[in-house]
Amino acid sequence: MTERDVILDLAGVSGGYGRHDVIHEVDLRVRAGERLAIVGPNGAGKSTLLRLVTGLLAPTAGEIHVGGQPLRGLSREAIARRIAVVPQLASLPFSARVEEVVALGRLPHEDPLRGPRPVDRAIVADAIDRVGLGRLIGRDARELSLGERQLVLLAVAVAQAAPIVILDEPTVHLDIRHQVEVMDLLADLNVREGRTVIAVLHDLHLAVRTLPRIVVLDAGRLVADGPPAEALDADRIRDVFGVDPAVMPDGPWSRPTRRSSSRPSAGSTEPTGSTETAPTAPAGTAR
Amino acid sequence: MTTRHDALAARPVIGLPLPRRRPTVIAMAGIVALVVALLAGVGVGSVAVAPGDTLGILAHRLLGLDVARTWSPTAETIVWDLRLPRVLEAMVVGLGLAVAGTTFQGLLRNPLADPYVLGTASGAALGAAIAVLIPIRFVILEFGLLQGLAFVGALGSITVVYRLARVGGSAPMTSLLLTGYAFGSLLAAGLAMAMYLSGTALRQIFAYLLGSFESASWGRLGGLVPIVAVASVLVLARARSLNGLLLGEDAAAHLGVDVRRERAILLALASLITAACVAVSGLIGFVGLVVPHVVRLMVGPNARLVLPLSALGGAGLMALADVLARSLGEVPVGVVTAAIGAPFFLFLLRRTQRGYEL
Repeated sequence: MTERDVILDLAGVSGGYGRHDVIHEVDLRVRAGERLAIVGPNGAGKSTLLRLVTGLLAPTAGEIHVGGQPLRGLSREAIARRIAVVPQLASLPFSARVEEVVALGRLPHEDPLRGPRPVDRAIVADAIDRVGLGRLIGRDARELSLGERQLVLLAVAVAQAAPIVILDEPTVHLDIRHQVEVMDLLADLNVREGRTVIAVLHDLHLAVRTLPRIVVLDAGRLVADGPPAEALDADRIRDVFGVDPAVMPDGPWSRPTRRSSSRPSAGSTEPTGSTETAPTAPAGTAR
Repeated sequence: MTTRHDALAARPVIGLPLPRRRPTVIAMAGIVALVVALLAGVGVGSVAVAPGDTLGILAHRLLGLDVARTWSPTAETIVWDLRLPRVLEAMVVGLGLAVAGTTFQGLLRNPLADPYVLGTASGAALGAAIAVLIPIRFVILEFGLLQGLAFVGALGSITVVYRLARVGGSAPMTSLLLTGYAFGSLLAAGLAMAMYLSGTALRQIFAYLLGSFESASWGRLGGLVPIVAVASVLVLARARSLNGLLLGEDAAAHLGVDVRRERAILLALASLITAACVAVSGLIGFVGLVVPHVVRLMVGPNARLVLPLSALGGAGLMALADVLARSLGEVPVGVVTAAIGAPFFLFLLRRTQRGYEL
């Protein structure tokens, strides 16, 4: 890969909270237009890695470059125009309409004094449409189901229109159909608009089936990086996640995984699969 | 994309859309209320001045119109030097408290935050009480030791509360409320001690705690207005940061808000406004809580709209509360706003028990 293509470059990055590094010497290069998953057991440092990549946490060692520029030299606003982050579900302190929440995605492009322009409103309307939330316009975002709220947050990132989109557990509250739709949408953003998509996923099955590159994180170190069959073979799953995957004829490695903690959202259908040896654990606790 | 999402599209929409009113209509209503409050404020009082005379005095002094003088010089003094500064001070304080309340609520992501809840006003009160007790007097632009200590108290208390409540870079609401309550109690103990030691100055401290616009003057307005006006405009210029915080501090950072810096600036500005307001008028509660709430219910959470409309509403409400206070025979205005505000606060508490995640 040539230097020009690399949109995100981590070289020997370590970092953490207080005195203890959670991430140790991670090297990761992502080319513009790539689509990859970051997987790993709870506590592997996935969320910490995201905080380092988005500048919320300063590395204790190593360098991070975004689009060829050192991250530490960029303002928050400049970072926000390059990297959109779909956060894990947040609570809203005040009632707000769906479109009022999605409009927040335009903040990094907004003039602080003048506010949104007509083009910003058009982009917001388009983002709502792309995520399929059109029928929820006007509704109080606090009264939506968890899955619907997840989609609202996804629409915020779509409206943000940054070349890199980072998602922290984007499908955690979604039923299987919406999971597939979200992954389709990400593929669409990736293929049609050339956006680089990086998703932290707990659902290994979903990661393997939908993303062409898998980065495996274990105890703060990058232990594998490559196409699914290579990065997540049976041995590695045994090493990293401590479970024995059974090889299925149609999959590269395992029987399907089952999410053990997702709260039931409206109309949710649990993926079928094993119950005992699920290599996933309750989501969102890696922080 | 529509075909891909028929699963969503096919599901029935449950619930009604959030109601929204046009901001311009509300702004017009607010301006009308403000004019009514102004006229009522200069027209109502213990000394009767004919409405025609009142208007004549205003037209004469404000617009320089050559109106036939049908009024006595006393009437002119009452309207121009006593009532008008008083109405204007009530408006500026109402505006300031509403802007500060909106800012605190947005900054702390807490719909029940106001300067009282987090101890800012208690800090100012303690500062003011200490100023009453210290036998040093100086006055710069009619702002003396009391105003100085009230400002320091307000700024100091909110800083302490926020720092104590911080856990890993952000302050959870429960933690903030508890910290505010605990620190407020500490300040209240200090205030009680100051009052206990005050002797003959007790009445002075007590009057301060209840809040009043009785001692309003043009000179004081000259000091108050620039602070509140400049700080409010600076807050409005940061409406974008308040909007970003709607989704939380991390999300705000991802949306380009320099959270640490913006929080410090907004906290300082809101505390400055609060301190300036409570320094001239004493402690008047509930305006900063209730007004932003009502405005948000009407126009939604966008701070770009909520800030100016709350400013308008706060000014009008405070001026009307003062008119009510005067027509009830100089009841302290803090009593009037509390009598209106406390039941509303209870109503809000019951509403938020509806089961939101907060």
